[in-house]
Amino acid sequence: MHPSFHQRRTENSPGWVFIIPSLVLVALIGWSLFALVWRCIGSDFFAAALAENAVTALKLSLLTSIISVGLALITGTPLACILAHWNFQGRTLLDMLTDLAVVLPPAVAGIALLIAFGRMGIFGKWLDALGVTIPFASAAVKLAQTFVSAPFLVRSARIGFSAIDPQQREAAHMEGANEWQVFPYIMVPLAGRAILTGAILTWTRSLGEFGATILFAGDFEGTTQTMPLAIYVGFEQNIKIAVLLSVMLLAVSLVFMALLRKLEGADN
Amino acid sequence: MKRLTLSFGLLVALAMVFSACAPTATPTLAPGTSVPVATSVPTSAPTSTAAPQTLTVFAAASLTGAFGDMGNAFEAANPGVTVKFSFAGSQILVTQIEQGAPADVFASADHKNMDALVTANLVASDYGDFATNLLEVILPPNNPANLRTLQDLAKPGLKILLEDPSVPAGNYTRQMLANMSKDPTYGPDFSTKVLANVVSNETDVKQVVAKVNQGEGDAGVVYVTDASAQPDLKTIPIPSNFNVIAHYPIAALEKAPNSDLAAAFVAYVLSADGQAIMKNWGFSPAP
Repeated sequence: MHPSFHQRRTENSPGWVFIIPSLVLVALIGWSLFALVWRCIGSDFFAAALAENAVTALKLSLLTSIISVGLALITGTPLACILAHWNFQGRTLLDMLTDLAVVLPPAVAGIALLIAFGRMGIFGKWLDALGVTIPFASAAVKLAQTFVSAPFLVRSARIGFSAIDPQQREAAHMEGANEWQVFPYIMVPLAGRAILTGAILTWTRSLGEFGATILFAGDFEGTTQTMPLAIYVGFEQNIKIAVLLSVMLLAVSLVFMALLRKLEGADN
Repeated sequence: MKRLTLSFGLLVALAMVFSACAPTATPTLAPGTSVPVATSVPTSAPTSTAAPQTLTVFAAASLTGAFGDMGNAFEAANPGVTVKFSFAGSQILVTQIEQGAPADVFASADHKNMDALVTANLVASDYGDFATNLLEVILPPNNPANLRTLQDLAKPGLKILLEDPSVPAGNYTRQMLANMSKDPTYGPDFSTKVLANVVSNETDVKQVVAKVNQGEGDAGVVYVTDASAQPDLKTIPIPSNFNVIAHYPIAALEKAPNSDLAAAFVAYVLSADGQAIMKNWGFSPAP
C-alpha cells in the first residue's frame, strides 16, 4: 500500500468506508466455501476422494485443461501480438470477437460449437466425411475449454504486448534479427508476466468449464466427464458426493494457484 | 486509458444484455397464461378472493409438455392463481427439495425419488400414481446409422445416447436391456454390447431428445411421450414384455408454502380434466 495513503487513513478515520463493503464480498465468497469444506469434515473424505470415478474425473480435468492452456498459448499469443502491434482494417472487429467469447454464456458457446462442429454441423459434416467425429470425444472437451478460456489469455497478453516500446523491437530488427527471432526472444519475454497471468486465468477457467462441455461434449466417465460434470451428476445422486468432489476441485485449484503465483513472483 | 474504459463499459453492457435474455430457473408458462381474467368462472377455487397466489410445481422433465397444459387449465379454473414450474430430472428436483427449495407439489417419473422424499418426511400425505409411460428407441430424422430393429442397437461403433443411471429413464433403460438379454432372440451379451455403444449419459430425457434430433447420436432411449412430442424423429417400439412401465407419482409437499393450493393441484391432475390432458400427451392412465 502507498505510504501516504496509509498515513491519511490512520489519522482521520478507521477506513470503514473500505472495510465494510469489502467484508460483504469476502463473506459471500469465503462463507460459502467455508460451508462447503465444513460439510466434508467428519465424513470419510479420503475414501470418497479416492473413489474411481472421482479420480478419473480429476485426471481428465487436469489433462484436458492443461492441453487447452497449451492450445491457448500457441494460438492466443500470436493473436495478442497482432492485436497489440499491427494496424489493419478489421482489427476492432477481431478485438470484439475475442471479447465476445469472454462475455458470452458458456451455454451459447456449447450450442455454437455443436452447430459448427457437430456431426450435422456446418464444418462437422466435412469432418464426419473424413471419419473425424468431435462431439462426445475428449477433443470436444478441449475445444469447448479453449473457446471459453483462451480469450482471457489473449486479453491479458495483448496488454503485455501493448506495453512494449516499439523502439525495442525496431532495435532488434536493426541488429539483423528477423520476426522468427524477435517474437520468441524479445517480445514474449518482455510480455512474459502478462502472458503468465493470462495462462493462469485460462487454466482456472478451463478447469471450471461446465456449460459448453455438457452441451457439446456430453457426459461420459473417462472421456468427457470432467470434474464440474462429475459434480453436477453427483449432485443428482447424493449431495454428499457433489460436496466432496467440489472440495477436491477447490483443493487442487488452490495448490495450482499457489504454485503459479510463486512462479509469477519468481519471474519478477 | 479512455479506450480501455470504453471497451470495458461495452463489455459490461453486453454482459447485461446477455444475462437479461438468459432463461430463468423456474420458467413461467407460455404467453397468455399469467394474467387470469375475471371472465372465467371459478369452478373449484379453494380461495374465492382473487388475491394473486403462486403455486410452485417441481415436475420430471418428461412432463414438460403435459404439465404446461395442466398449468394453463388449472389457472383458468382458479382465477388469481399463477402456476410456476421447474422441470428437471426427478433426481435433481429431489435434491433441491431436500435442500429447502420452496416447492408446493412434486411430480416424479419414478417411485424411487418420491420415496426418498417420503423417507425424509417431506411429503404431506400418501402419494398416488397419476400416469404411466413406456420407453421407446428414437432415431434422428435421417437415420444416419440405418437402424431398423432393436438388434441393430448392438452393432459396434454406434453412438447411443442414454440418460445417466440416476435419472429414472436411464434406470428403466438399463432394466429393459437386462430383460432383453434374457431372451435368446437378443442373446445374453445384448445389454453389454448396447451399453458399449453409449457415448454419453445425459442428465435428463430432453437432452437425449435434443441431441438425437440434432443428429449427434445414432439412437437414444426416451419415453414414448417425448418421442411423440418430436414428430420428426424416427422410432423403434419396444415390445411390452421387455418394456419397463414408468409410474408417475404426485404429492403435495410437507413444507409447501401454499398447502391448500398444492392439494387442489394434485386433485386436479387426478380429476377427469387432468387425466384427459395426460392422455392427450400420450401418457397411459395409472392402473
